[in-house]
Formats: sequence, C-alpha cells, structure tokens
Amino acid sequence: MADPQNLNNRLFAEPIREFGRAGLFLLTAISRMRFGLLQWGELLRQVYFVGVRSLVIIVICGFFVGLVLTLQTYDTLTRFGAGDAVSTVLALSLFRELAPVLTAILFAGRAGTSVTAEIGLMKATEQLDALDLMAIDPLERIVQPRLLAGLIAVPALIMVFNVTALLGGVFFAVYLMGGDPITFWGNMQASVELGKDFGGGLLKGVVFGFLVSWLAVYFGWSARPTSEGVALATTQTVIASAIAVLLIDFVLSAFML
Amino acid sequence: MPDTRAAEVAIRLCDVSLKRGDRPVLEGFSLQIPAGKVTAVMGPSGCGKTTVLKLITGQLRPDAGEVWVGDIRVDRLGGGELSGLRRNIGVLLQNGALFTDLTCFDNVALPLREHTALPETLIRRLVLLKLQTVGLRGAAQMYPRELSGGMIRRVAMARAMALDPGVILYDEPFAGLDPISLGASLRLIREVNRALGITSVVITHDVAEVPQFADYCCIIADGHVVATGTPEQLHDSDQEVVLQFVGGLPDGPVPFHFPAPSLAEDLLAMDA
Ligand SMILES: Nc1ncnc2c1ncn2[C@@H]1O[C@H](COP(=O)(O)OP(=O)(O)O)[C@@H](O)[C@H]1O
Ligand SMILES: [Mg+2]
Repeated sequence: MADPQNLNNRLFAEPIREFGRAGLFLLTAISRMRFGLLQWGELLRQVYFVGVRSLVIIVICGFFVGLVLTLQTYDTLTRFGAGDAVSTVLALSLFRELAPVLTAILFAGRAGTSVTAEIGLMKATEQLDALDLMAIDPLERIVQPRLLAGLIAVPALIMVFNVTALLGGVFFAVYLMGGDPITFWGNMQASVELGKDFGGGLLKGVVFGFLVSWLAVYFGWSARPTSEGVALATTQTVIASAIAVLLIDFVLSAFML
Repeated sequence: MPDTRAAEVAIRLCDVSLKRGDRPVLEGFSLQIPAGKVTAVMGPSGCGKTTVLKLITGQLRPDAGEVWVGDIRVDRLGGGELSGLRRNIGVLLQNGALFTDLTCFDNVALPLREHTALPETLIRRLVLLKLQTVGLRGAAQMYPRELSGGMIRRVAMARAMALDPGVILYDEPFAGLDPISLGASLRLIREVNRALGITSVVITHDVAEVPQFADYCCIIADGHVVATGTPEQLHDSDQEVVLQFVGGLPDGPVPFHFPAPSLAEDLLAMDA
C-alpha cells in the first residue's frame, strides 16, 4: 500500500531537499575558489581525462545521428520536392538541439559516472580524509578541477559531435544518394548563423557541462562510503543529469529563439 | 607512574564526551600522551580508538571537554588554524589511504609540493630519503595498486613523515601484516621516533608486540581509559580489565557481545 504522505515525500520533498543540498555544496565549492591558486595543471589533466574518455562514444554517436537524421529528413523532404533543404534541416537541428543535448547526456554517462565513482571511492577509501589531514582542501584539490573540467570539455565535444554528424549527413546525402555537394554545403552556409545557431549550441554546452559536472561531483561527494553507496550515486548521476539537461535545454531554447 | 607525570605532555584530552549517532562512544574520557615517546593505545574494536585519533586531528569535535595538542586547544580551532595544526601532525590511516592515481613518489611528494616552496630537485631528494627510510625507494615509480597492503602502509608512513611533523598518529599500523613486515614496521616506528624525537601514538591490537616499541600504553574500554602505564607495569597489573586484554580472554569486564536484548527475546520476537 502506497502511503500518500510517503509517496509525496519520495516524489517531491526528497528531490527538493537533495537539490538544496547540492546547491549548498556548489556554493561552498565555488566560495572556496581562489583563482590565483587554482590547480591549473590538475584542471588540464581533468579536461583531458573526461574529454578523452568521451571522445570515442561522441564520434560514433555523432556519425550515426547525422546519418539517420539525414536519412529521415531526406526521405520526407524529397516527397515535397525539397530534398535540397536537407543540409539546412540537418545543420540547424544538430547545432541548436541534438548535438548539445546528446553530447551532454553521453558525457554524463561516460565521464560523469566515472567522476562520481572516483570521488565516491576516494571517500570510501579515506583518500578525502587523508587530504584533509594533510591540510589540503579536498574541495580545492578534487572538486574544483572536476567541476570546471566539464565546462571546457562539453563545448569541445559538441564541436566534435557536430563535425562527425555532418560527415554522417554528407555520407548519406552525397555519397549514397548522389546529391550535389555544392548545393549541400551552400544551402547550409546560407541558412546557418554562426553566432546564433552554432554559438548558441556551444553556449548550451557550457551550461550543460557545468550542470553535469556539478551533479557528478555532488553525488560522488555525498555518496555513502560503501560499494552500494557508490553504485547508487553513479546511477543518480545519469538520471539526474539527463533530466536536468532536458529541462534546462527547454528553458534555454525558449530564451534563445 | 612518577615518570609519566614528570614527562612533558604533548597531547591531552580532558573529560571528553562524544556521541556518534545515538551511541555515546566516549564519556568523561581523559588521556595524557607524553612528548617524545611512543604511546600505544589499545582496546577492543569499536571502543573508540579511531574516534580519539579524530578528536586529536580535529576531524571530530567533542560534545563536551577539551582537546589539547601542545598548547593549542584543538576543539576550538577554525579552518585556517586547523590546517596549521595538521601540518604538524602526520597521520597513518587504517588502510594507508594512498592516492590511487598517484605513484608512491608523488604520494609522498604531495604534502611537500603543497605546503613548501622547495625546488623540485630538493623535493626529489627529500622524497627519496623518506622512501629509503621505509625501505621502498625501489617502488617510487609504482602505483599503490601494484603494492601489497604492508608496503602501502609503509609508503603512507613515509607520506606521514614528509613534512617532519612533531606528532605522528598511527591507526592500526600492524593489522593484517605478515610477521616480517610486522617486525619491520615495529622497528620503523621505534627508529623514527628516536631519530626525529617526535611524539608517536600507535593504535593497535597486538598486545604481544607492544613492549617492543612502546614506552607507555593505555587501554580503552567502555568509553574510558581503564589502565595506563609502562608495558611492564601493565604486564604486572592485577586489574581485571588489563588481565583480560593482555591475556586475550574473550569475555570479562569487556563483554564479547555488542549490547543487545537477550537472545531469548530476539528469537521469540522472530516468531511473533
Ligand atoms: N561515522 C560513524 N557514525 C556513527 N557511529 C560511528 C561512526 N564511526 C564509528 N562509529 C561508532 O563509534 C564507535 C567507535 O568507533 P571507532 O572509534 O572507529 O572504533 P575503533 O576503536 O575500532 O577504532 C563504534 O562503536 C562505531 O559503531
Ligand atoms: Mg579503528
């Protein structure tokens, strides 16, 4: 029997409380940031790790998303005799929506989870305590670099996603369907605004990157220091990231249009 | 124990009470640790040994009472002062807690790089010397996952010594060691203490080994210090708790069972 009070608590009160805790955690981490002393080397290392970890999956998914998107739109558009517009539709939907959102979600699944697990395990094996005991602030040393890494890595990965997805599109429209490459690229260039469409997507990437890193770091930090605790935390990272990204994407798109 | 009182006191817990969860772990707990000596802290699992260590490092704050390290009152320190204190306390955590993404060398170098402005060449020399002390210079470029538990703890010992602290706290440094590593660790703790003239606190279960490295011991049970003295004094003691602990008897003043309702009650409750 579901107790309505309990259900209400699980569905609404607890997520809101969790959000509050995550927010406080973020504020603490940011308030301890001393830009002069930011661990630049460590930040670079983290950007490399999360970026490289996600690169393969981004390239593969990018290519196939471009391929299947072109396949579907090409089919529909040619029925209305507008097959030439395929590159426009492809580029706009990619740059504005698909690349940022899919990259962010893939990033959460690939890099976010490993950040959560890493921090959770560091907690479970007392490495965070050890830092604290050496008078090294774990927020500064562990959390801040990983928080900022997503901010840099996700926009970069979005660009990679865009490129490989376009290649997938070209592969289908030009090589398989025998379309005219000059029309393909020409139409795209004529209809895409670099700042608004392409840049807007990257801006979303910055926001999503921050969002995903924040959640990943937070769930790792607050994980119960046991195997189950860490396992649960990685799951939470993926779910919370996916929901947060889609929600914020809607808000951002509404503002950007 | 006239010489205990004569010796300078490095660490002092006065009338400390602390609850973890709902359970009082320490109640009216008082302990004095002499400076420049090796003090063994013994007691059954779960009696609060690690808790005492965390009080000394300021990771936990007592609900009541005072914690002093030298003339610094730890339980009143704010963040900045606490870092200052911790630079002067080396801690060996129960499982070493090495950073798994760093080599042994970098693990030991971390506190030096973080807290000193020494040039890298000097840091290199210091780190190699510390690793030499624990006999693991050859493992400098290895990662913790490539080492055995005993080796990990020795690297962690080198890391705890990195900043030449005045106090080193060891949390169960011998647990799970083979006899050879155990002997090596014993001697190491003894030698480091003598060579650097620091205060060492060693939490341990190994009653038999205590006389080999400790100048003083104290036994904790039931939230209190139940006995203190030199290893010889404890050995000759006729206190029941000491006899139980030193003799390794399963039940006595320190009960074998964690507090629970009676077995009959528990079993009947299952049927209900
Ligand atoms: N994080 C914690 N939360 C609640 N209780 C704890 C926690 N850590 C330890 N305790 C309790 O405190 C008591 C003392 O623990 P500890 O100091 O770790 O014992 P030990 O002497 O084995 O090192 C134990 O009974 C344990 O149940
Ligand atoms: Mg312990």
